[in-house]
Amino acid sequence: MIISVLSGKGGTGKTTVSVNLAISLAGKDEKVLLVDADVEEPNAGLYLKPMLEESLPVSIPVPKIDRDRCDYCGECANFCQFNALAVAEGAALIFPELCHGCGGCVLVCPKDAVQEDTREIGVVEKGWADSIKFWQGRLNIGEPFAVPVTRHLKSELANSKEHTIIIDSPAGVSCPVIEAVRDSDFALLVTEPTPFGRHDLEIALKMVEHLGIPHGVVINRAGEDNKIISELCQERNVPVLLEIEFSSRLASLGSTGVPFSKVLPEWQDKFFEMYQAVKEGCSCAS
Amino acid sequence: MQIGVTAAGKDLESVVDSRFGRCAYFLLVDTETQEYEAVNNPGSSAGGGAGIKAAQAFLKSGAKALITGQPGPNAFKVLAAGGVKIFQAPGGKVSEVLDLYKNGELKEITTPGGPNRGHGSR
Ligand code: SF4
Ligand code: SF4
Repeated sequence: MIISVLSGKGGTGKTTVSVNLAISLAGKDEKVLLVDADVEEPNAGLYLKPMLEESLPVSIPVPKIDRDRCDYCGECANFCQFNALAVAEGAALIFPELCHGCGGCVLVCPKDAVQEDTREIGVVEKGWADSIKFWQGRLNIGEPFAVPVTRHLKSELANSKEHTIIIDSPAGVSCPVIEAVRDSDFALLVTEPTPFGRHDLEIALKMVEHLGIPHGVVINRAGEDNKIISELCQERNVPVLLEIEFSSRLASLGSTGVPFSKVLPEWQDKFFEMYQAVKEGCSCAS
Repeated sequence: MQIGVTAAGKDLESVVDSRFGRCAYFLLVDTETQEYEAVNNPGSSAGGGAGIKAAQAFLKSGAKALITGQPGPNAFKVLAAGGVKIFQAPGGKVSEVLDLYKNGELKEITTPGGPNRGHGSR
């Protein structure tokens, strides 16, 4: 089973939920794989402190032009819808930061002058945090395209079917988020009881509804104002699966980087209960 | 000689568009006869790489000089590769800027960072 953890914006506690869920499942002897798919800012590792054993480069194709063959006809530039190529008399220029690596220019060049080179844009790293299997993707600083790294991470999930897979997705609603969340069996939407939290949750709800993924809500920093979220959930018929109340105990643990379920076993029970509800949510929906 | 000016409209009374990649039109003017033609800038509707697309289209027009605000670094590279001389317009109408050009009063941009500031430009 694949559970994605996402939120409409950053800083709502998405990683806290992913990490504590992983710890709680491992504590109950479940096989669990945590995938940090927030490739622009992977930070689940800061809490789990995994031992990374493998590092796999992720590359995308980028064209290289053979100046001996090119006659500067301009077909390649004409074709490239991302404007990553320009051709002048005597010069063919490539702008790698705009290239999506579609390979089209290689195909359209009448002189076979375009060759495919590769450019490394990030890495996929794999390791363990105690009994939790841990993977993360990292996009190199300044690289514009996160999706190929996310895709690489996800392409290997099929080999880990015996695990419960938790995907810590990037925040917001964008191509990399959709890539991370796609094909999940369940989506946990993490939010806070504020007007902003509600607004971002509405957007995230639209996305998972559109993708057809069964889903439920986790309210982080829960308290007196929960109504603002619970009302929306009622209206939209979405279950609130867990409330993590705002307490100075949890906050101070959070600030030291210690996942609270490690020191407070009652939270492992709560997360495990949520997991059971998620499992049911999946089978009802399918 | 043909010279191109980035413009907000289609005639010589239009104002100069200081943007290169996203300007509405290139006005291609024959400096001897004053005849002109307006060409749509395909960069104005590009998602990304507008400057490159605009520069590529400009090269196709065949004009070897361009009057604009300040092209971005990518557009500058393409224009330079095509041997286009770039002059910085202070603003105003196309016809006014053309007069300044003829009198040699426009500064040529030779680096992507633009010419030195504070040279009598408004
Ligand atoms: S299509 Fe091929 S020959 Fe034509 S300009 Fe591009 S690289 Fe050169
Ligand atoms: S590979 Fe595709 S995106 Fe990249 S330069 Fe070629 S045509 Fe453009």
